[in-house]
Amino acid sequence: MRYVMLIYESEREFDARARPDDEAFWAPWREYHRALVEAGVYVGGSPLERSDTTATTVRLRGGDRQVQDGPYADTKEQLGGFMLIELPSLDAALEWASRCPAAAYGAVEIRPAANLEHIFGPEPGIFPSA
Amino acid sequence: MPEAERVIEAVARASYGRLISYLAARSGDVASAEDALSEAFVAALRTWPSDGVPTKPEAWLLHAARRRLIDRLRLARTRDANANALRDMLAEAEGMSADFTFPDERLKLLFVCAHPAIDARIHTALMLQVVLGLDAAAIAEAFLSPAATIGQRLWRAKTKIRDTRIAFQVPTGAELPRRLFAVLEAIYAAFSRGWDDVDGADSKRRGLTEEAIWLASVLVELLPQEPEALGLLALMHFCEARRPARRTSEGEYVPISEQDTHLWIRSRLDEAQRLLARAAAQGCPGRFQLEAAVQSAHVERWHGRATDWPAIAVLYEGLVACAPTVGALLGRAAAVARARGPASGLALLSAIPAHVVETHQPYWAVRAHLAQQLGHASEARAAFETAIRLTEDAAVRRFLQRRSRSEGS
Repeated sequence: MRYVMLIYESEREFDARARPDDEAFWAPWREYHRALVEAGVYVGGSPLERSDTTATTVRLRGGDRQVQDGPYADTKEQLGGFMLIELPSLDAALEWASRCPAAAYGAVEIRPAANLEHIFGPEPGIFPSA
Repeated sequence: MPEAERVIEAVARASYGRLISYLAARSGDVASAEDALSEAFVAALRTWPSDGVPTKPEAWLLHAARRRLIDRLRLARTRDANANALRDMLAEAEGMSADFTFPDERLKLLFVCAHPAIDARIHTALMLQVVLGLDAAAIAEAFLSPAATIGQRLWRAKTKIRDTRIAFQVPTGAELPRRLFAVLEAIYAAFSRGWDDVDGADSKRRGLTEEAIWLASVLVELLPQEPEALGLLALMHFCEARRPARRTSEGEYVPISEQDTHLWIRSRLDEAQRLLARAAAQGCPGRFQLEAAVQSAHVERWHGRATDWPAIAVLYEGLVACAPTVGALLGRAAAVARARGPASGLALLSAIPAHVVETHQPYWAVRAHLAQQLGHASEARAAFETAIRLTEDAAVRRFLQRRSRSEGS
């Protein structure tokens, strides 16, 4: 089963991105990514640019496109990235989530990836095949 | 009652949790397992009276429930979780012979019910329903909650178990103690709920003490070496043993130190002592063992010896160190008051933060009692008033009213 790991970080962790030499911060992340890949758990994902300065939110209301500066939800901790992982149970996903460096300083949310094949049919290219 | 119905009721009582856990552990879906099993029971009620009770009633029910579950999974949209479960169940069904004895998966189910991903407020209700088969209306009544709220939370929990695929497994390593504690807490919550209903005015609530003891017995049967599980079962037997002495024949409240020990149920006390001794032999004390040990110390009086308050104070000291709940802090203060005098007890009470005890009835009752003993009349009066206002139990209220009028003791 596929789970999405949503990684929430505060401003301070986003600031670390300006310090690529900060080994104390980055070494655990490098180690974590390697472990995910080696265990065959990692399916895909991406870090995100910071939401306070780069997020743009769009709504279409009455045919009118409303574009707004800022994230959909303005919270102290922002979505800093996501990963798609493949594991047999929520418990296994929680185990990997607790090993994520962000679990120690921010928060990691685990959500099962929804399987909507019964609505969309098998559409290669839209959903990574299970 | 006709033979068939009697057997069905007995199987439902003894095997409900085993049947559900077997089905749910394979499909990952508690709600479907419940539906399938209840349909199987309906089928049994229809056919057994005329066709006779099968030689293996459990196996018959399991077979019938599993067939319904497989049909259900076939009909369901192709969720990959369901497809896998279906494949596993079909494979297992083929390998089953007539004398198949199915494995006991109740332990896994208990851990699922008290899983940290499930709203903690519903752990107890989920266990009562899924493992014991209590219906939502009865649970709601026992917990004095609207049936709709309990039903909604149960439904949410079961949906989460299925959709996030919570593992039916017994946790290992460092996870085990924490997860086990959640299971024990949920069972104890059911017991407390029933225990509070002293008058037995509401049989549904009172019945919860027996249901909780049953759950803990299952746990002890499955984890015979787990000291805290043994401790919890011992604790509940100790309390239950004193039930007949908690009220006079006129229905008046009797504090533990004044209870007529002849009314205590000897077989329960013996069982509790045995369980506690087994737990202690593991050399790993914990919250429930300590609470049971406090109860065990009160039993000294039954042997004709005086209550050893200094020993009880020491046990509470240990309890405060490992689980500093209001109850433990209060128990320690009361024991210290008996061991070293009311002033020492009152000092400990005053050290508990005010916001924690504002509406905690036992705190005000103990405080009133100690202030009265020290001759602090106005403080005692105020504390009695607060305690009486916070008391839901009429017999306890009358007891406090009588005490408040006495001149101290």
